[in-house]
Amino acid sequence: MLDPARESPALELERTSTLPWPGRVAAVGRRRPSFDAGALAAAIPAFLVLLPLIGLALTWLHLDGEIWAHLWRTLLPEMLLNTTLLMLGVGATTLALGTTLAWLVTTYTFPGVKLIEWMLVLPVALPGYILGYVSMSLFDYAGPVQTQLRAWLGPDFELFEFRSLPGAIFVLSLALYPYVYLLARAAFREQSAAQRDAARAAGLSDRAIFWRVALPLARPSLAAGVALALMETLTDFAVVRYFNVVTLSEGVVRLWIIQMDRDAAVQLASLLMMMALGIVLIERRLRSRARYYQLGGHSRPIAPIRLSGPRVVAALVGPLALLFVAFGLPVAQLAQWAVAEMASAEPGTLDATFGQYLFNTLALSLGAALFVVAVALGIAYALRPRGSQAKANAVLRFLAHLATLGYAIPGAVVALGVLLLLAPLNETVLAWTGGAVLLSASVVGLLYGYLVRFLAIGFSGVEASLEKVTPNMEMAARSLGAAPARVLTRVHLPLMRTGVLAALLLVFVDTLKELPVTMFLRPFGMETLSVWTYMLASESAWQAAAVPALTIVLASVGPALLLIRLSRSGAQNNWETRL
Amino acid sequence: MNRRKFLLTPIAGALAMVSLSLTQPAPTAAQTKVVNVYSARHYGALEKVFAEFTRETGIQVRLSNASTQALLERLRAEGPQTPADVFFVIDVGTLQIAAEEGLLQPLQSEVLNAVIPPELRDPKGRWYALSLRYRTLMYNPAKVKPSELSTYEALADRKWRGRLCMRPATHIYTVSLVASMIANLGERRTEQVVRGWMANRPIFIDSDSRILDTIAAGKCDVGITNHYYLGNKLKSDPNFPVKLFWANQKDRGVQVNLSGAGVTANAPNRENAVKLLEWLATRGQDPGVAGLPGGNSEYPVNPSAQPPEVLSQFGSFKADLASLPQYGPLQTKAIKLLERVGYK
Repeated sequence: MLDPARESPALELERTSTLPWPGRVAAVGRRRPSFDAGALAAAIPAFLVLLPLIGLALTWLHLDGEIWAHLWRTLLPEMLLNTTLLMLGVGATTLALGTTLAWLVTTYTFPGVKLIEWMLVLPVALPGYILGYVSMSLFDYAGPVQTQLRAWLGPDFELFEFRSLPGAIFVLSLALYPYVYLLARAAFREQSAAQRDAARAAGLSDRAIFWRVALPLARPSLAAGVALALMETLTDFAVVRYFNVVTLSEGVVRLWIIQMDRDAAVQLASLLMMMALGIVLIERRLRSRARYYQLGGHSRPIAPIRLSGPRVVAALVGPLALLFVAFGLPVAQLAQWAVAEMASAEPGTLDATFGQYLFNTLALSLGAALFVVAVALGIAYALRPRGSQAKANAVLRFLAHLATLGYAIPGAVVALGVLLLLAPLNETVLAWTGGAVLLSASVVGLLYGYLVRFLAIGFSGVEASLEKVTPNMEMAARSLGAAPARVLTRVHLPLMRTGVLAALLLVFVDTLKELPVTMFLRPFGMETLSVWTYMLASESAWQAAAVPALTIVLASVGPALLLIRLSRSGAQNNWETRL
Repeated sequence: MNRRKFLLTPIAGALAMVSLSLTQPAPTAAQTKVVNVYSARHYGALEKVFAEFTRETGIQVRLSNASTQALLERLRAEGPQTPADVFFVIDVGTLQIAAEEGLLQPLQSEVLNAVIPPELRDPKGRWYALSLRYRTLMYNPAKVKPSELSTYEALADRKWRGRLCMRPATHIYTVSLVASMIANLGERRTEQVVRGWMANRPIFIDSDSRILDTIAAGKCDVGITNHYYLGNKLKSDPNFPVKLFWANQKDRGVQVNLSGAGVTANAPNRENAVKLLEWLATRGQDPGVAGLPGGNSEYPVNPSAQPPEVLSQFGSFKADLASLPQYGPLQTKAIKLLERVGYK
């Protein structure tokens, strides 16, 4: 296929100029000893984060044939099939939805396009375990939608069985398409008008431009978006359970908690981990074969095409209908339940529980955000390029990037990994603390789990903003006589403030919404909003679950909107795609 | 409540909580009387009962909720050093397993022995039933005549193809039902029955309450759920269009399960834990105080307590108490059987 990007010399030029610092900078700073303490400081936390994953990977050394034979005879084929179909379904649907919507809002202009552009991100504020149960209550056979349809169309009318694989694909796609949408939108935005003009001059129709120019150029971003959606799909065990779809993640939880067969759960978890890593590898490959990034703002932006007449209606109705099903309707249902619950609850009981759980959630999320971003800052700062040192720590850089793989690993697997690692220390810590702290179910274990899972988010944000500080700036400050500490406070931190704050916010919200790690590693009595929501929802106490669920949604809306603001800058695109 | 107030209340509440917890040092166990409860019972109703207990005794109840199986796993991991005083779950098999593994301690409580019948407590006093629930057949009276129904086993008959709603194997209710069948029918016969259910392509719904809704909506004609889900539905809608059928009345009786509790082997607050159990078996049985059984339309274990009003329409029935002691020992077999048969 013709690849216009590869042929464009202008693009080539832009690529060379994107290097963050030109060539080799002369070493102005003092000569460093070959033993680099800073790099070591980065290596230790990075290694600690990898440990639970290594622990799980090591189980491949003593594969238990009996367990695998048993799994193969029972649920494994179904799990593999369902997981594959689920990923194909969610991957294809999010790709189609995200790309189409991004193309719509970047290529065309029509009344309300700005509003729709940001509203399309909103569904990301509804985690699957919330959207799943609300959709179930609305769309299953006994729900109001199908009941009304039966009233209109006769008692024999039935939509497809909602408690099924297609139902799960439906819910997960609605919850996850914003990842693809955000990245596709940023990618389309960055494409230059010059390319489009050239394509047009070559006689390509608008449709051909989409398929043969815009789409191939956006491929790395689309791959990254779909990879994110697939990782979230792989980690989910709640939605698939509502929908009776036995997947690998659900299987790990089933073996571990229900069949109480931890050995089998660990073996299956290691398989799941390999699959997650497989997605990362495929995504990287897709991206590395096509490195034609353009920086936004350098070239003439594309002038959007104005729509008129019936096309405006079509452009409005599609996204709005999607938003209604994916966000408007579920939130309205949650609000209605929450109001009913608050009206019917015994005075005092709801306030007390809710207050306590909210406090736990906020404290944990804040703690996780500070902890994860602090570790990320440490690693990123130690690994920053410093003049002649730029190449020296390639191994550590690799290690650090490897440590951010935790984001791809399903939460239940991370929880098992942390548990395996900490359980041998349980006795000792219990003895020290007089039985007060079970290490594997303590705040320490929980924060450790969050670190493994969310380091990528913290690290990418921090690293992207650290790249704004070029070695020249640092050296200039040093040559003007500033001590290293002063360089840090006067140069690095002010320049990085926005990035660090954004990283804090994103880790905060991801922790607030997080379910599996919290569920399996939380200490005694540490109920959080997400666990509370899931437990009530899985018992069909839907009205009672609405209060914490709505709180999670409201808390996530702000940061979701922040994402779209941040993704206007090229740095953010880099951040989002680098996992 | 208007919208703004609805949004502000929780936020203001949270701020108040945060400031309170910052200004007041957490009271140590010595100052306050507490009891730590690992509970698999639902939120809401239970918290009301515990609030009443605290009002009457001054003992604070600290709850940690999880599914029955998750709580057992946690108790095992913590072993003798668990902070939990009371292990409060909704499945007798799990209580028996916890007792056999030495996680619960024997009690000699005259109160408990006096009010709880011997078949509803561990002979060694390591666990006690606190409320009773029966897992039985539910049907849509517009589509099924009660004369068509008889036993759990009969649902394996071909005539029920495409007409059943069942709970998945991930829930302990299903596991214990199958364990009770193994106890009565043996493993081979039970496997035949479960294969028969599967051949009828049941719809799996992981919620007893939604199973009833789905029967009411007409998608399935018969389901198996715990009796109190229907009781609770009838409390809010007396015309709810689903009827209860007591299963296996001509032979062993309907399957029994219970919510019950034991005191952990090294309970740090043992005395308070015993007090809680005794209170739940006496005052807590009384429907007048929104008691433990009454709040959830369950049957009391204490024979002198009145069952909740809504249950009177279900009439009297025969229950299979004989197989109760087998649930724990047969749990693994039941799980394996369900797995083997491919029951979801």
